[in-house]
Amino acid sequence: MSISIDQSKCIGCGKCHDVCPGTLIKINENKKAFIKYPKDCWGCTSCIKECPVHAISFFLGEDIGGKGSKVHTEKVNGLVRWIVEFPDGSVKTIDIDPKESNKY
Amino acid sequence: MKIERLKTDLLIIGGGTAGCYAAITAAQNASQETVGLKILIVEKANVKRSGCLAAGVNALNAYITEGRTPKDYVEYAKKDADGIVREDLLYTISEKFNDVTAHLEKLGLVILKDKNGKYVTRGNRNIKINGENIKPILADAVKKLPNVTVLNHVNIFDFSVHNNKIDGAFGFGIENDTFYAIEARAVIIATGGAAGLYRPNNPGFSRHKMWYPPFNTGAGYAMGIRHGAEMTTFEMRFIALRCKDTIAPTGTLAQGVGAKQVNALGDVYETKYGISTSERVYGTVVENLEGRGPCYLRTVGITPAQEESLLKAYLNMAPSQTIRWLENETPSKANVEIEGTEPYIVGGHTASGYWVDTKRATTIQGLFAAGDVAGGAPQKYVTGALAEGEIAAKSAAEYIESLSALRQAQGPDVQFKVAEPAEATIKEEEIANHVAEIEKFLSNEKGPQTTENLEEAMQTVMDSYAGGIKTSYRYSENQLNQAKKEIEIIEKLTDNLNATDLQEVMYIYELKERLTVCKSVIAHLAARHETRWHSFAENLDYPEKDDINFRKYVNSRLENGEIKIILRELTAEGQRNYEHQH
Repeated sequence: MSISIDQSKCIGCGKCHDVCPGTLIKINENKKAFIKYPKDCWGCTSCIKECPVHAISFFLGEDIGGKGSKVHTEKVNGLVRWIVEFPDGSVKTIDIDPKESNKY
Repeated sequence: MKIERLKTDLLIIGGGTAGCYAAITAAQNASQETVGLKILIVEKANVKRSGCLAAGVNALNAYITEGRTPKDYVEYAKKDADGIVREDLLYTISEKFNDVTAHLEKLGLVILKDKNGKYVTRGNRNIKINGENIKPILADAVKKLPNVTVLNHVNIFDFSVHNNKIDGAFGFGIENDTFYAIEARAVIIATGGAAGLYRPNNPGFSRHKMWYPPFNTGAGYAMGIRHGAEMTTFEMRFIALRCKDTIAPTGTLAQGVGAKQVNALGDVYETKYGISTSERVYGTVVENLEGRGPCYLRTVGITPAQEESLLKAYLNMAPSQTIRWLENETPSKANVEIEGTEPYIVGGHTASGYWVDTKRATTIQGLFAAGDVAGGAPQKYVTGALAEGEIAAKSAAEYIESLSALRQAQGPDVQFKVAEPAEATIKEEEIANHVAEIEKFLSNEKGPQTTENLEEAMQTVMDSYAGGIKTSYRYSENQLNQAKKEIEIIEKLTDNLNATDLQEVMYIYELKERLTVCKSVIAHLAARHETRWHSFAENLDYPEKDDINFRKYVNSRLENGEIKIILRELTAEGQRNYEHQH
């Protein structure tokens, strides 16, 4: 599992760089964030949660069953919305009410 | 490289669960006195999301629920480890589980409550939380403390110890080209356990998709080992039983929808091997070895409502599992395959780590240990790490008080005053030696070996000869001898490694730390001539449990470059206090 950062959305605020527990994300000369060590990502999703413009998504490596989908999360009206973009262009959203999120 | 000298009262190495809580405790205790204790946390990432809680958690797994007592918890942990625990350490954390939980709630953690306002429990020892933001909550609390300074992105790689007394540490900023020599009256080590010693389940692109933070490299263990600290129970490795590939938790499936462990024939096998943590792993291993694998959690046939709840529950704590379901087959249609992870050394789950007294003092004077780096108290989890942070902080503060009754008041503004060379405990020459070592890696010619390749070589050795996944966690003395030989060869090669910046220098030190820990793990595995915990320490030369000779702690200490094994008697039933014998 690793992340990808959409360069067109990134505003270079550096929040993802600051929180990555492996310090794997750097800012390039164009003031855009990029992951320097993609194989070292733990998949904690800290950066995705910090990004103010939803520029970061994560994906599963093929070696653990990944099929090319990208996932990110946004906060919408107090709900946590997860957005899965499948390779065929279809999209699935799952809304979680934080109060109900821990049924199990 | 810039060189900066810092001076503080209490240095906390590692700003994770235990480290942050140690700072909070020490700062609050100090505020009641006339003089504020100056506290410095040094963290190699950023305290906001570093350590085990980066991704969040959805339960506190160590809590004394209604009708239960701390003694029940001690008994549970003791039974799970088949007796090899320190009761004094377990008692002192168990008695604090509920207080630290209440404190976290006050700091902003959302704990689920029922209609009557009582915490929602999951089993006898767990309560449910909305813990996605548990680490930012702790980090925010630290940030508000006026006498605590946090140095983020600074990697500590050596203690400063003179005559078995710690007086500081050495580190470097991985992004600011600065070397730090930090003097301190007392030090709390809270760097967590060690991942990445063994070849992981998926060593390719997803090599870091592991159970434990891959950034916890055993730095605290390694620094202590090299300075002669006594260590305990490194042979009790931890192996997690997880959803295959995503390494997502299985408890939510087992407890949430009642999914049973079944083999490929559909037979429920989980009751056949016992229910301790190690026996659950072992059962799955044996089913596979005997040709009845793969093994699964049986989820086929759950209701659509259950499935939807599962998809959401996993998004909340291990989103990769939900994505795997959506990209492949969902749990109502396909059972979820399970597997054991590679072994880890982690004092929050098993009993590996520093040999500490009840106050969490290590055998190095002035050095206290808390959280996964501290041994003797398995099943610690989040609340246990917080409790140990609190205990270590109080002990360190007491120790500092005892060091000097004449302590002068110094405002926080002079915290980083450069020490006068005459009173400095860290000498210029010691700084120069450490700087030279770093600069050597930066100036080494790029040779045939890379840090990454040597790390893989180490993991392959441990996998093949020290009871990794490859041998179904089993090992023999001959194999361990081979492991020792090969790890020593790899260790020699690390001196020639090249780094282009300080982050790469950190990777070299992390590799060296892991190699140091590997050698101790090998020595400990070889010393326990029995098999007390299946899979966790499966000794093929001694396949039976030996209560006569091995109801003991296996401890070790580095003496003149050799690991010396010390067998120590177990603490007595109900023992509440343990002191080091100096």
